[in-house]
Amino acid sequence: MLLVNCPYCGARPEIEFRCGGEAHIARPVQPSALDDEAWAEHLYFRTNPKGTHAERWLHVHGCGRWFNALRDTVSDAFTASYTMGEQRPDAGKEGE
Amino acid sequence: MRRFSLPTLVAGALNAHRSWPRQWRDPEPKAYYDTVIVGGGAHGLGTAYYLAKEYGLTNVAVLEKGWIGGGNSGRNTTIIRSNYLYDESASLYEHALKLWERLSDELNYNIMYSARGVLMLAHTVHDVQSLKRHVYANRLNGIDNEWLTPAEARAFCPPLDISAGARYPVMGAALQRRGGTARHDAVVWGYARSADAMGVDIIQNCEVLGFTRGSGGAVSGLETTRGTIRTRRVGVVAAGHTSVVMARAGLRMPLESFPLQALVSEPVKPVFPCVVMSNAVHAYISQSDKGELVIGAGTDQYVSYSQQGGLHITTHTLEAICELFPQFRRMKTMRSWAGIVDVTPDRSPIIGKTPVPGLYVNCGWGTGGFKATPGSAQVFAHTLATGEPHPVNAPFTLDRFRTGRLIDEAAAAAVAH
Amino acid sequence: MAPTTVAQPYRFAKGGRIDRTRPVHFLFNGRTIAGFAGDSVASALLANGVHLVGRSFKYHRPRGILSHGVDEPNALLDVSRGPGRRDPNNRATMVEATDGLVTRSQNHWPSLKRDIWAVNDLLAPIIVAGFYYKTFKWPRTFWHRLYEPAIRAAAGLGLAPTEDDPDRYVHRHAHCDVLVIGSGPAGLAAALAASGSGKRVIVADEQAELGGTLLHDASSTIDGESAEAWLAGALAMLRAQRNVTLLPRTTAFGYYNHNHIAMVERLVDHPAPGSTALPRERLWQVRAKQVVLATGAHERPLAFADNDRPGIMMAESIRVFLNRYAVAPGRRIVFATSGASAYQAAADAKAAGLDVTMVDTRPEAGCGVQSARLRALGIEVLTGHTVLGSVGRMKVRGLIVAPRDATDRIGSRRTIACDAVGLSGGWTPAVHLFSQSRGKPVYRDDIDAFVPGTSVQAERSAGAAKGTYDLAAALAEGWRAGAEAAGLDGTRSFAVSPPTRTGFTPARKLPTDVDASRVRAFIDFQNDVAAKDVELAVREGFESVEHVKRYTTTGMATDQGKTSNMAALGLVSDALGRPVPQVGTTTFRPPYTPVSFGAIVGQARDALFDPIRTTPLHDWAVAQGAVFEPVGLWRRARFFPKRGEDMHAAVARECRAVRSAVGIFDASTLGKIEVVGPDAAEFMNRIYTNAWAKLEPGRCRYGLMLKEDGFIFDDGVVARLARDRFHVTTTTGGAARVLAHMEDYLQTEWSNLQVYLTSVTEQWSVIAVQGPRARAVIAPLVSGMDLSQEAFPHMAVRIGKICGVPTRLFRVAFTGELGYEVNVSADHARAVWEAVYESGRTFGITPYGTEAMHVLRAERGFIVVGQDTDGTVTPEDAGLAAMIAKTKPDFVGKRSLMRPDMVAADRKQLVGLATQVPQLVLDEGAQIVADPRAPIPMKMLGHVTSSYWSTACGHSIALALVSGGCARLGQTLYATTPTGFAAVRVVEPVFFDRHGERVNGDFAHA
Repeated sequence: MLLVNCPYCGARPEIEFRCGGEAHIARPVQPSALDDEAWAEHLYFRTNPKGTHAERWLHVHGCGRWFNALRDTVSDAFTASYTMGEQRPDAGKEGE
Repeated sequence: MRRFSLPTLVAGALNAHRSWPRQWRDPEPKAYYDTVIVGGGAHGLGTAYYLAKEYGLTNVAVLEKGWIGGGNSGRNTTIIRSNYLYDESASLYEHALKLWERLSDELNYNIMYSARGVLMLAHTVHDVQSLKRHVYANRLNGIDNEWLTPAEARAFCPPLDISAGARYPVMGAALQRRGGTARHDAVVWGYARSADAMGVDIIQNCEVLGFTRGSGGAVSGLETTRGTIRTRRVGVVAAGHTSVVMARAGLRMPLESFPLQALVSEPVKPVFPCVVMSNAVHAYISQSDKGELVIGAGTDQYVSYSQQGGLHITTHTLEAICELFPQFRRMKTMRSWAGIVDVTPDRSPIIGKTPVPGLYVNCGWGTGGFKATPGSAQVFAHTLATGEPHPVNAPFTLDRFRTGRLIDEAAAAAVAH
Repeated sequence: MAPTTVAQPYRFAKGGRIDRTRPVHFLFNGRTIAGFAGDSVASALLANGVHLVGRSFKYHRPRGILSHGVDEPNALLDVSRGPGRRDPNNRATMVEATDGLVTRSQNHWPSLKRDIWAVNDLLAPIIVAGFYYKTFKWPRTFWHRLYEPAIRAAAGLGLAPTEDDPDRYVHRHAHCDVLVIGSGPAGLAAALAASGSGKRVIVADEQAELGGTLLHDASSTIDGESAEAWLAGALAMLRAQRNVTLLPRTTAFGYYNHNHIAMVERLVDHPAPGSTALPRERLWQVRAKQVVLATGAHERPLAFADNDRPGIMMAESIRVFLNRYAVAPGRRIVFATSGASAYQAAADAKAAGLDVTMVDTRPEAGCGVQSARLRALGIEVLTGHTVLGSVGRMKVRGLIVAPRDATDRIGSRRTIACDAVGLSGGWTPAVHLFSQSRGKPVYRDDIDAFVPGTSVQAERSAGAAKGTYDLAAALAEGWRAGAEAAGLDGTRSFAVSPPTRTGFTPARKLPTDVDASRVRAFIDFQNDVAAKDVELAVREGFESVEHVKRYTTTGMATDQGKTSNMAALGLVSDALGRPVPQVGTTTFRPPYTPVSFGAIVGQARDALFDPIRTTPLHDWAVAQGAVFEPVGLWRRARFFPKRGEDMHAAVARECRAVRSAVGIFDASTLGKIEVVGPDAAEFMNRIYTNAWAKLEPGRCRYGLMLKEDGFIFDDGVVARLARDRFHVTTTTGGAARVLAHMEDYLQTEWSNLQVYLTSVTEQWSVIAVQGPRARAVIAPLVSGMDLSQEAFPHMAVRIGKICGVPTRLFRVAFTGELGYEVNVSADHARAVWEAVYESGRTFGITPYGTEAMHVLRAERGFIVVGQDTDGTVTPEDAGLAAMIAKTKPDFVGKRSLMRPDMVAADRKQLVGLATQVPQLVLDEGAQIVADPRAPIPMKMLGHVTSSYWSTACGHSIALALVSGGCARLGQTLYATTPTGFAAVRVVEPVFFDRHGERVNGDFAHA
């Protein structure tokens, strides 16, 4: 069971949280302007990286807040948690 | 290929089994193959087998980054069934089941397909509706599946607790008698041995690092840890690592990879005659020929390539098992493990072309790929050999995520209202 | 069982850690075995001269006790502690001997001594590794019908429990600064060092007593004290500290993510029965800041022909039985070793007065001073020898040895008569937990073993677990590990005398003078895997160690290869001519040792398996004799049978009451969410398909919600209480996920909206009063509200009082009748319900359950999300196209509705079905076809989603999703039945009160 660091509450066991999948996939401002392919990309296609993953977590049995975290999908080690709206801490470095 | 049989086995005993040949070679990669399969699991090796046997394509390599069968092929709970709801899925899994029934003969390898029956339990009115929907749909598709009362279910599976006082009483069950189990490793080895005998090169410890592209962006070769291999046709069958391999071809996939855990108990004498699944309490269980209770758990909730999941996931599963079979509380878990399963948004596989010419993919089997193995391999071989899908895999395109024509078995099972 | 004085012929009169003042008696295969408190079942059996304790898995060979600990592969017993308290496969070396135990050997028929399955041993030349892959293929169906049942009956070990387990299991979660796993010398030193910091320290050890190897170390002194005295002092110091928790009988079995360690503590398996108030086992889940792994090492046997006879055991185990349990495993003991550690065991055996011979596979020059020292004690030491086999059947009677030279030329044989043999093929550090922590073990050539490499999590290893076998070094290493884990610096050295005997040369498979390919030199005793099986696997191309494991089953038994893994690796390495590290190592997985399902499950059984949610009105329904159904976690009243009624009759009566007079229904399980804030209406606009801006306060509207993929997610009536306040209802099962869905969009996509969401499901109980007389029933009870049609029309909401308590009163009609849903605080729900019921008596008010509710809503064609929709249904499919606000530029799910497949003509659409035979009630889930004579596979058009007998209509009714259904009105189709097909006519999905006039109830005839 992971130890997840909620930016509002601190480290808590994983069972207090719900993982919301890949982060930083903003809902298009005007979905109707997207063609089917772009909309499918938004809905379904994911990076699914072997390495650092930016992902969404909800502290559902705690403060009820959503936040983002960086986790290595090989070691499962977290390297950062940050609030919604904050820039990804390793911005510019992902994909290395 | 030296045939396996009781006489050859007895003959082997006479010389202390010194003359058994290798079951497959350990070749150096050639510079060029007509077709390269990336991924040496049962689906990939089976694909190579059918390419050679049914399409006469033998200049084929299977590249495996570790040892063959080391991924999900060797980490699943070996359940076989075809009682799927939708025509598309039913057709795919039934295609596989028919191949399972004669696979030992065909491969001259005892893969131990055991039609001991798969019993799916209903615990709520909603489960009853859903399972009957399956039973009726299967009947019209020519797939065996029958509805049992609780007493009939218990008669088929004596350890089952059908008391009305249970937290989730059993209200009935659907039984597919032809469903059952097989020996997962033997499937891998059997396909490898036969494919190898027809000339397929099985190359282990060979990881794909990149793709080279020719005119029109078509695949022209692969960069691997064992050198460059030229080819014009690549089939990626890399299960949990599909996104990683496809990213090397510049493609994003509608996939996420999750750890899926399973566990076995200590071996005991025969006590559990069939396979039991319960969607309501999230459990499935059977007993292996060695005597272990084989129990499948759910996935962890986060993307991971670690082959390690949390204790709370297996805990939840054991709670469900002990609720259905209270007498197993004093049984002991002996070994647990995890595979990395690649899950699509509709939890159905993708088998077919990609936007890159010459690059084909067979992925997204999620938690249920083992049962499809021969069918998946056969239709993928067809697709690779002819460039066009087999009718059975035609609906399982990548394009369905654009059109919305999803094949969502899990959504069809819906949820309690 | 009457405790009789049974002689223990192999028990020493003095010494050991057993308590001779507390005799215990238990049964083994019906024979009374006497022992003492402090004995394991294994030591007590040996004290009584019992070696034969089981049959092996495959060849059914007689087997004895091999080891003294968790690595035991052979001595697996069925143990019963009373009714329902029987379980198989218990290691006799780990079960504490207690009064009243009933133990039995396993895997034989008819008896342990005469086992007809031993015929397998004669077939051994044929049934080699992987034999079943090569045969049993013909004829096709015979595998499942004949061969497999035979193989299964022969396989397996013990018998599974058959009764429900009366024992309790508990869970405990703990945090600590330093968790020390293992309480041998390194672990104790680590605990001593760490405890000085004042930080929270937990020490766990799988044995009944803390101390590890110090419990049987009769020769060493530490800092001038005997090992025993030093141990007592160390434990006393630790016990005196409040920050230290000592957990004997506690096995750390799983090292999970982020230093999450799972341990199981055995609580009542050890003392006498009777203390049954205690739980049997306690599962600890520890989140440790730092972990010290001091898990020790397991000894390896030597591989030679017939190395598995009862009486042949590990050299160190003989030392343990001698010193800790005061038991002589034999009187004439031969040790065979490839290293020096066995010399201490030999010296101890000699000191105990036993006849001892030492056979060392190393040449004299490789044995250093040890051989001379042993000879000085009067022990014959044969260096440069190999072991060719053993003699005896149910018990070893001799060991066959011969000299070997540097080129492995074998000299003449000699059989050394003996009644016990001690083997030592080196040591394997227990790196299991390190490996589980994702660390990669690294190979050390000098000790031919893997030791922990770089740490991945916050842990460090010490002592034998790290390959440090020298006692002084292990103590110092442990101390340092403990200090560092506690954030202290500090090293300490320990003076140990005499120095530990170390020195070792690996011996994979002892050279023999016969055809090596026919010799069965076992490496995995439990699964009956011999060295030649591993060689066969390699010959057949199974080169990865994982392939070898799977092909031969080595390391796959209940001991998970603790004694055999290194042997298998070494044999593969030899066969391939590749160094061990290139062959690879096994990645260890939890559990370290088998753990009961019960311990893992803990209290989560029966009602605690999943909490059962009940409403404040539940007890009333129970008192009325309601029959309940589970819906998610809820229990809902399904119907209220009167005497003699079945469900059909009860539901028909309940429906009649609602249609003709009035019914009362507990709708409290509906999800309720309060959406509040200046931007509430805008938020609702984005989340729901329909428009909310124009809904006036005081009015209700049916709302439909999609997921982003365009499929129906949930529905429910929404009341606007004020411009900035909505009272949202959801389906019973959807409450939590709808709130999560709303929160997700609010927090992550539209965080600029000023909206607050609150779950009020538990706060508001809902009493539905439905039927033409509904108004008359509640009218006398309400105050502050005008119930007249004009003042309080259908789909309105009012805030006022009922029975003097605040209510949000909805006028809604899921049954199609005039109806109210009385929302009152949960505390008042029962009182209000009873008042309404009392008020309704004159009108014949009838409580009804979910079944009648379903019939009533289906008669009106109202869908239930999750039953009539299934996660693949769009609003248009469900006949709810009108719910989509055309004026809104966007809402969740809107874009997906434009995808090509979402507008296809053949989509399944909601229709009604009228059966040709009016009495026939179709099965929900029945499939629909156009032509029942079409060949299989038959084209299916859809399925029945809801189907009931309708008393109001006088015939059955059904809702169905049918491909292109709206265009099929009037067509005759066919639905499956258990025996065939039934003709049905496609009709509009409304069966009763087509124009919805009944919602005005008695207003209409007022």
